[in-house]
Amino acid sequence: MSGARMTGLRLWLTHNAGLLLAVLVFVAMFSLYISNHSAGLTVPVLTTAANKAVLLALVAMAQTLPVLTGGLDLSVGMIFILANCIASSIVVGNPFMTALGIVCVLGAGMLAGLINGMIVVYGRLQPIITTLATGAIYYGIALLLRPVPGGDVNEELADFMTYTLFDTVPTSLVLLLVVVLLVWLPFRRSELGRGCYAAGSSEGAAYMSGVNMNRSKLAAYTMAGFLAALAGLLLTFVTFSGEASAPIGNTYTLNSIAAVVIGGTSLYGGVGSAIGSIFGAFILRTIDDLLFVFDLPPLWQPLFQGVVLLSAVSLGALRVLRVRNRLELFR
Amino acid sequence: MTDSIQASDVLETSDASAFCRMQGISKQYGGVTALDNVNFQCAQGSIHAVLGENGAGKSTLIKILSGVVQPSQGELFLQGRRTRFVSPNDATRQGIVCIFQELSLLPDLSVADNICITDPPKRFGLIDRKAQDQRALELLAQVGCEDIHPQQRVRSLSLSRRQLVEIAKALNRKPKLLILDEATSALTAADVEKVYTILHKLRDQGLSILYISHRMHEIEALADVCSVFRNGRHIETFKKGDKGDDEVVELMIGREYSQVYPPKPQRTEQPVPILDIEHLSWGDHLRDISLTLGRGETVGLGGLDGQGQREFLLALFGVLRGVSGTIKIDGQPASINSPREAKSARYGLALIPEDRKTEGLLLPMSVRANISLASIGKLSRGITVDHNEENRKIDAMLKQLSIKIGNVEDPVSTLSGGNQQKVVIAKWLMTEARIILLNDPTRGIDVGTKQEIYQLLRKLADQGVAILFYSTDYEELIGCCDRVAIFYDGQLTRELSGASITEHNIVASSLNLPLEATLPEEQAL
Repeated sequence: MSGARMTGLRLWLTHNAGLLLAVLVFVAMFSLYISNHSAGLTVPVLTTAANKAVLLALVAMAQTLPVLTGGLDLSVGMIFILANCIASSIVVGNPFMTALGIVCVLGAGMLAGLINGMIVVYGRLQPIITTLATGAIYYGIALLLRPVPGGDVNEELADFMTYTLFDTVPTSLVLLLVVVLLVWLPFRRSELGRGCYAAGSSEGAAYMSGVNMNRSKLAAYTMAGFLAALAGLLLTFVTFSGEASAPIGNTYTLNSIAAVVIGGTSLYGGVGSAIGSIFGAFILRTIDDLLFVFDLPPLWQPLFQGVVLLSAVSLGALRVLRVRNRLELFR
Repeated sequence: MTDSIQASDVLETSDASAFCRMQGISKQYGGVTALDNVNFQCAQGSIHAVLGENGAGKSTLIKILSGVVQPSQGELFLQGRRTRFVSPNDATRQGIVCIFQELSLLPDLSVADNICITDPPKRFGLIDRKAQDQRALELLAQVGCEDIHPQQRVRSLSLSRRQLVEIAKALNRKPKLLILDEATSALTAADVEKVYTILHKLRDQGLSILYISHRMHEIEALADVCSVFRNGRHIETFKKGDKGDDEVVELMIGREYSQVYPPKPQRTEQPVPILDIEHLSWGDHLRDISLTLGRGETVGLGGLDGQGQREFLLALFGVLRGVSGTIKIDGQPASINSPREAKSARYGLALIPEDRKTEGLLLPMSVRANISLASIGKLSRGITVDHNEENRKIDAMLKQLSIKIGNVEDPVSTLSGGNQQKVVIAKWLMTEARIILLNDPTRGIDVGTKQEIYQLLRKLADQGVAILFYSTDYEELIGCCDRVAIFYDGQLTRELSGASITEHNIVASSLNLPLEATLPEEQAL
């Protein structure tokens, strides 16, 4: 039976090549960063890095789900901003009120995602344009709620979430791990999750196999809203305030797509995982830190991000070399 | 659902062994009747083969049985109870599982995921991967594929293996009626043997199996009962062995001739060869094809649908990669790597594609832009297009093909199907092609336009243009072609010419039957 196990391992390695590559690249980059950091690997250095990286990692996880179904969600950054603005108003007061506030923030994110999903599934509109429009609407609402930056948040909770557990592990990293264990892994192993992969892989074949694609797509967009709102909540804990900033929202949206691709998820859908996207987000964040420790001007950051993204996409495009019917290049 | 079951109790009539029965089923698509008042039934514990030409109604029959389309009229009974299928899922729930010609596997998912896609084993509400792998292993063993690892991605399997996985997937749904639509066309010989064994075993377990195939020897090896369809009608059902091959062919043909074709010229000498193809191969799809086409000659490509005819035309037009063999045009070796090269003055090829909506036209663009699209290079002076010349040529084309349009600036999507097809043809005529490849050009076109296209093809041939004409309509091949090359399983198996181009010969050749056995003299024996 060990032969079969070997084959199983070999298959697992080939199927997760994109993810493994992202992990390796991240580890290499982060080691380079730490070894050149004046303080070395200390808890404060790690915590600062984690807090920044987990924000993008959550938004990138959110983006992964619609992408797996063969869609795209341009509103994740705006849901992130909207959640930040709502949280800066209601996640305050005694523990009960704070908890209620958190539920409302996450609920609002899920509702926003569900609306995206319903328009895509029942309205049969293209995801890219649907979410471009709804993203603008969500941003509009955020702006109405918080015309000028400000607000407040439960400080004890904020401190807890942005510092460390037992003075060693950044709490935000633990949060990310909990999300992976309690949200992503069960989703991936559910029929809903499989439906997402199936829809992204071949919609026609999935339909003919009797897969409930509508339900899966609705779930994908709703969960995207949930994860983006969770990131927005974390942003509020980091900044202690809310700000309806369109540039921040757009940057997160575009970086989330980049992270998804770097993490080995195919923009055609059907292939990839949210764990890859997490490492994609980590890689993008480490680029900033590297520029910092090597004393390069931060103006170089977009250039480096672009190079990393282009390399990732090029790896994914190698399949073109194997196509034997040129008509398939256009499908 | 319960309502219809109650209502059906009254109507319970036919014999009890029938698992599935169709009564008076008809299906129209627009104005076209695909199935016409069909009464048909298949019994439990038997393999039932369905035979018919292209367009005989076989695929519509399957689509109705598997819930993909709804019948326009008529009723469906399962085990004596009236029922209907609102979706493929619904049909599956009622025990009808279909393996389609185009595979329904998800390429990026694992074999185990695919086999268990509709009803995965679960633990605590989540998919239990171990149990799923176990079930996949059992089913793979049943179809003789112990060597496939359940975690392998379907994308990495050969077409033949995928087809076996497809059968394993179907078995996982515990079918009572299993429908195989050309399910063996992609299989290697060794895998075909496996399928025979599986199907015989399943039949002995009491399964009802409906088998669509064009391979006569397969039907002989497999079927218990055969039914012949023609023109959307169920012609006859008989036990295997009750009728000889020639009788079966006779049942399959026999359509009324409705079209009028321009007379073919009598040739006194051999035409000058213009296109010379030798040993052309492309993977398993095209195998060692040699064919010569002369100036002014019309050669038809016949055979049942999907035997490599389309790939053959695509290979000539430079669309396929990795084609081996030699192509000579005007005696000069040609190496064509793209449609752009193919249409160049050096080769002068044109391809009228099968699907005008996706490969022929730019639907939202104007009639003008579409007609001049392929020859815009020839109309250019420096960097600008000579619009006077363009308009003159477009006008000539509109007149020559009598295309009915409001304005040349109208989007081509506003035209009728027939006129759209004429626009595609006009586009390629404007390139002044010397060799025209046609891929089923009259599909879905009204009779009047068809007639005009036949006239046009004849005129072009008389002017010396060489035409390679693939049609799924045998009647067209008989009416238009000087010679007909029959494709079977990626090979050119027979060439018919002159008086031997008859429907009988085409059908027999398409089934890869020897022609001698179907001659009328021997039929009497």
